[in-house]
Amino acid sequence: MKISPEEVAKVAKLARLDLSQDKIGQYAEQLGGILDYMDKLAELDTADVEPMYTPVDHVSVMRDDVARKDYAREDILKNAPETDGAFFIVPRIV
Amino acid sequence: MPEIMHMTLSEVRKALADKTLGAAEVTEAALKRIEATEPKVRALISVQAEEARALAKSLDAQGPDASKPLWGVPLVVKDVLATKDVPTTCGSRILENFRPVYDATAVARLKDAGAILVGKANMDEFAMGSTTENSAYFATRNPWDLERVPGGSSGGSGATVAAGQCFGALGTDTGGSIRLPASFCGIVGLKPTYGRVSRFGMVAYGSSLDQIGPMTRSVEDAARMLQVIAGHDGRDSTSVDVPVPDYLAVLAEKGDLRGLTIGLPAEYWDKGLSSEVAEACGAAVKKCEELGAKAVPVQLKLSQYAIATYYIIAVAEASSNLARFDGVRYGHRTENPADLMDMYVKSRTEGFGDEVQRRIILGTYVLSSGYYDAYYRKAAQVRRLIRKDFEAALSQCDLLAGPVCPTTAFKVGEMTSDPLQMYLMDIFTISTNLAGLPGMSLPVGLGRETGMPIGLQLTGRAFDEARMLQAAHALEKSVPATGLATL
Repeated sequence: MKISPEEVAKVAKLARLDLSQDKIGQYAEQLGGILDYMDKLAELDTADVEPMYTPVDHVSVMRDDVARKDYAREDILKNAPETDGAFFIVPRIV
Repeated sequence: MPEIMHMTLSEVRKALADKTLGAAEVTEAALKRIEATEPKVRALISVQAEEARALAKSLDAQGPDASKPLWGVPLVVKDVLATKDVPTTCGSRILENFRPVYDATAVARLKDAGAILVGKANMDEFAMGSTTENSAYFATRNPWDLERVPGGSSGGSGATVAAGQCFGALGTDTGGSIRLPASFCGIVGLKPTYGRVSRFGMVAYGSSLDQIGPMTRSVEDAARMLQVIAGHDGRDSTSVDVPVPDYLAVLAEKGDLRGLTIGLPAEYWDKGLSSEVAEACGAAVKKCEELGAKAVPVQLKLSQYAIATYYIIAVAEASSNLARFDGVRYGHRTENPADLMDMYVKSRTEGFGDEVQRRIILGTYVLSSGYYDAYYRKAAQVRRLIRKDFEAALSQCDLLAGPVCPTTAFKVGEMTSDPLQMYLMDIFTISTNLAGLPGMSLPVGLGRETGMPIGLQLTGRAFDEARMLQAAHALEKSVPATGLATL
């Protein structure tokens, strides 16, 4: 198998997902098949090829650094699961 | 006059502009059609009936505005696009109660053009899928045959237009998600060049692949919608500042295909096509020749590597993009988390569906230390080779033509068990996204065996949507009419 259940569990942890044992086994099998398929790319010699990460060339667009107020605080907080009216509230960190 | 909802966007727009029809009347017709057909088709996650009625009423009170090219026209938008104060779920439980505080640029431009939003279209969760069975809410059915899928991931947009619920819809296309449902539902679907349309307000899946585009019942309709949404936007640094041609003027310039060279990629025509798709697409190419085009064979030798390349890049970008769903600022948060980490993990695990989790895991894997070079970097290198392949082919011709998909719409449930099998359905569409080129699906008739619509795919040079639309417009009148689905 291309990817072990232990590796799937490790990657799931990195991705902040909690997978059941059943699902870890199922994903290991499915992802193994997909990765085998992806290994097809190894057939191609790409030693001197510059990677293409985006179809557009102008990736760093500059603009004037001007402060702008697009949204009101109360609007931005409207979708928050928990807020005190001024901040997003999360479980205690320290 | 024909039944209102049988009209094209261009026809209804004219009737609204010359006051033959009122905005309220047209909106009522759309809402009535939605009510009648939605129990069977299930194209829409939400319907904005009251908002639409109120807007139509105020538009009628002011009277038609010639400066607004979509004045009074009811449209639908895929639920991946942010709509101010209107639920935007992305087909996911994690965004079930999300109401954006802003409009996506493409949506804002439609509204500024006078369009009326009547509904948000169903989709595969986070646009991950090819059938619209992978929505967290319900599966959409194909209006041509309710036992078949509409294609995906913009299947709701395809089905709503084909069912006559609206006059056009916005879809998004990361690997074929506009062109496949357009083909399966017998409508026109256009994926613009990467950078042609602002992605601001589109919930990102694969940021270097995603584009927003029109899905309509005619080529002219698609041109009208593209005209409105195209153009540079300061809020999307990947939107390109190049002039947008007057597409309607280009359509009117020429009624035939004289002087046009169409390339037929051997890899798209050689193998694996169902006989009805080969027949209908082949007949459409013959029509192109009758209309004066020259058809030449070309090669896209790297086609066989496109799916592997695409799924590495798409899942890598998805795993990064979807990291923002953490239960802090918006979206689902688990109840009574033990601590911060527990909140992240449980909120995400509860909120994301199976295919989304599978792709996040795969994407995290191909980006992880030790595998990055072998997968992600390698795929980005092959991507450049694929782009060069297209540039070479398009130096010998003006447009490429081939099928959108090897088959017509398949039966519900046929593709759900094996993820790799589903990925392979995108074989003809994904290279276009990797290369960043414009592509579209044009209905060219119904299949002899299944009776289902078949789409011909056209692919153009970067930022040359005009030539693609012009050719499709000329060809549209010569191929067998697909018509509307009868429901």
